[in-house]
Amino acid sequence: MRGLSVADFWLILGSIRWTVALAVSALAIGSVIALVIAVARTSRLPWLRLLARVYIELVQGTPLLGVLFLLYFGAPMLLGIEVNAFTAAVVAFSLSAGAFLGDIWRGSIESVAPGQWEAGACVGLRRIQVMRYVVWPQAARVAIAPTVSYLVQLIKNTSLAALVGIVELTRSGQVVAGSTLAHLPVFCAVAVCYFVICYPLARLALSIEGRMHAARAH
Amino acid sequence: MPLVRIDSVEKHFGDNHVLRGVSTNVAKGDIIALIGRSGSGKSTLLRCVNGLEKISAGSIVVDGVDVQSPATDLALLRQRVGMVFQSFNLFPHLSASGNVALAPVLTKKASRDEAHTLAKQMLERVGLGQKLDAMPSQLSGGQQQRVAIARALAMSPQLMLFDEATSALDPELVGEVLRVMEDLARDGMTMMVVTHEMAFARRVASEVLFMNQGCIWERGSPERMFENPSTPEFQQFVQSIV
Repeated sequence: MRGLSVADFWLILGSIRWTVALAVSALAIGSVIALVIAVARTSRLPWLRLLARVYIELVQGTPLLGVLFLLYFGAPMLLGIEVNAFTAAVVAFSLSAGAFLGDIWRGSIESVAPGQWEAGACVGLRRIQVMRYVVWPQAARVAIAPTVSYLVQLIKNTSLAALVGIVELTRSGQVVAGSTLAHLPVFCAVAVCYFVICYPLARLALSIEGRMHAARAH
Repeated sequence: MPLVRIDSVEKHFGDNHVLRGVSTNVAKGDIIALIGRSGSGKSTLLRCVNGLEKISAGSIVVDGVDVQSPATDLALLRQRVGMVFQSFNLFPHLSASGNVALAPVLTKKASRDEAHTLAKQMLERVGLGQKLDAMPSQLSGGQQQRVAIARALAMSPQLMLFDEATSALDPELVGEVLRVMEDLARDGMTMMVVTHEMAFARRVASEVLFMNQGCIWERGSPERMFENPSTPEFQQFVQSIV
């Protein structure tokens, strides 16, 4: 055992980059999946809607940690390929983000009045144009707040990556606490780090939402 | 050749038989007023004309285009058939001029300048030249509906469909919308108008169709219809309105 030093806190601070890297990668890839899922869920083709629904329910009904373990430990056994921890984590979080954001965005798209689709169609726009220029801009306003609150969830969920050995924020806390036994100050520091990342995001969501409302009323 | 040919049209919503063998023609320049009680099928008929509703049997041909044919590109057809809704359905995220310019920009590849000029012209035509940059939420119902009319006119349609365009308006705002519609009629626009405004139908329509139970129950010139209703159902309807 050794005492807690300033270097330990630098280690914890430095590990934030992995938390951010995981969250940003998962958000980027997950958004692409979510977009496909949201479009499929609001499609006119019943089989496509069903497919997307099955995906959402499957992912939402499985624990994220289970998926992560399946990818990290299961892939070598099942498929004979080694998956490094970061890749496994990014894939697991992306699949999850795709389902949750996909469902959030589906709801946002469906919240746009049906009359908007008709009005777009009646000036001669194609369905894809109505989507792009009429429905999505309105759905985006609705989606922003829940999307950012999901991002906050995602950032906190990246702590699961500690369990496959990625030294992100939580894992670095474990490492430091393990060697110093100073659990209380260390995990307080970790908690403060999460809060410092997440709180401004939550505020940002609110202010964007407020500005959108103001723009609309103006 | 008529602009719109509606032939033996049937429409079912599940068990509900909404249109029962409706046939009529609309010639260029005609102003057809569709009147009748709610549930008589007049709005459904209008929505079938631009393919918003699929008909169950019969045929509708608009400007030579078979509306129900799977080969028909409805988007192209609707560029020539404007529609105005009871609930305006303006795009709330776009300004008045943005609402008017959207379709010309996307479908006719109009430049930003052309589209802006067009939007200005159209909004001036409906008396809203001062409201180019106003958002829909800042406009009264009557103004919103006039923007909706300008939006439809921007595509230079051959035919305009009005689905109870004034029914959602406060009484004092009805006049401004009817005046715009009358101007259009005077300019020779072909129009099919579902309306409860009997005075308007009488003054502006070239033909009045009274719909009842999914059929065209009685039809004729407005003078003949309102002075001399021949069926008891239409007589009753006219009396119930005045």
